[in-house]
Amino acid sequence: MDFDVEVRITLKPGILDPEARAIQHALADLGFPTRRLSTARIFSLSMEAQDRAGAEEKARQMCERLLANPVIHRYEVEVRE
Amino acid sequence: MRFAVVRFGGSNCDLDAAHVLSHVCGVDTDLRWYKEGLGRNYDAVVIPGGFSYGDYLRAGAIAARTPVMEEILRHAKDGGLVLGICNGAQIAAESGLVSGTFTLNAYPKFICRPVHLRVENTATPFTSLYREGEVIQLPIAHKEGRYMADAEVLSALNREKRVVFRFSEPDGRITEEANPNGSAENITGVLGKGGNFLAMMPHPERASEGVLGSEDGKKIFLSMIRYIEMMG
Repeated sequence: MDFDVEVRITLKPGILDPEARAIQHALADLGFPTRRLSTARIFSLSMEAQDRAGAEEKARQMCERLLANPVIHRYEVEVRE
Repeated sequence: MRFAVVRFGGSNCDLDAAHVLSHVCGVDTDLRWYKEGLGRNYDAVVIPGGFSYGDYLRAGAIAARTPVMEEILRHAKDGGLVLGICNGAQIAAESGLVSGTFTLNAYPKFICRPVHLRVENTATPFTSLYREGEVIQLPIAHKEGRYMADAEVLSALNREKRVVFRFSEPDGRITEEANPNGSAENITGVLGKGGNFLAMMPHPERASEGVLGSEDGKKIFLSMIRYIEMMG
């Protein structure tokens, strides 16, 4: 079966996000002050798997092996058919 | 004695490293293209700086998962020396050879300038020719060089004396001002568990000849050579 999967990588809480800080400053300069701003990285992929659980498991392995760095990241996986 | 400098697509300090090893330090050195693997046994492997795979995903992330890294892991496991410089350090961290990771600088900008470093441990194959606490000057050139590790890892590194270099003032004080990229505890050189693997962000190969303004980096390569000679 084909599955569309979305993987979302974010920094663990408490880890400094310099990119977010720079963007937040730039937004403030444009007149959009924000209390909080964080960045995330989203990977959209399509793949074959036996079933939904299999697709999720594969996507998790992708995160563990390459897409995320466990020292600084957490990840969420969402499977859509 | 023979050194290897492993080149990935996007490595750009490979020739500098090979030049210093062969012409300045006088040791036989092969440049190895990552797809061809190591091809033989080496006494030491250098993973040079650059932008392997264009720094896509995270600096070093993709190179860390290539087959040649499995060979380098085996080489390290057998006691061979490995030196990861800059992108090589990022690759080392991404491959798990050293704990923690090197990530985006606290001020997210590429920094290229000389910095002072305090040598924290001279009982290593890479630093035996320095004096404990000696302050040296090497250039840094990176955007993703902020060393990060959790509290547990940091305390293990300190306890096991695996911190080799910290950013410092010229007089050796470790201050926030001397820390160009926000690295945890000013750390910018760490040893792997076995002590035979050093990952460092500064560039010793760019400070190994007087004409370049500093020869402070040369002792890293000479220390490695001396270690290999002593191990016979």
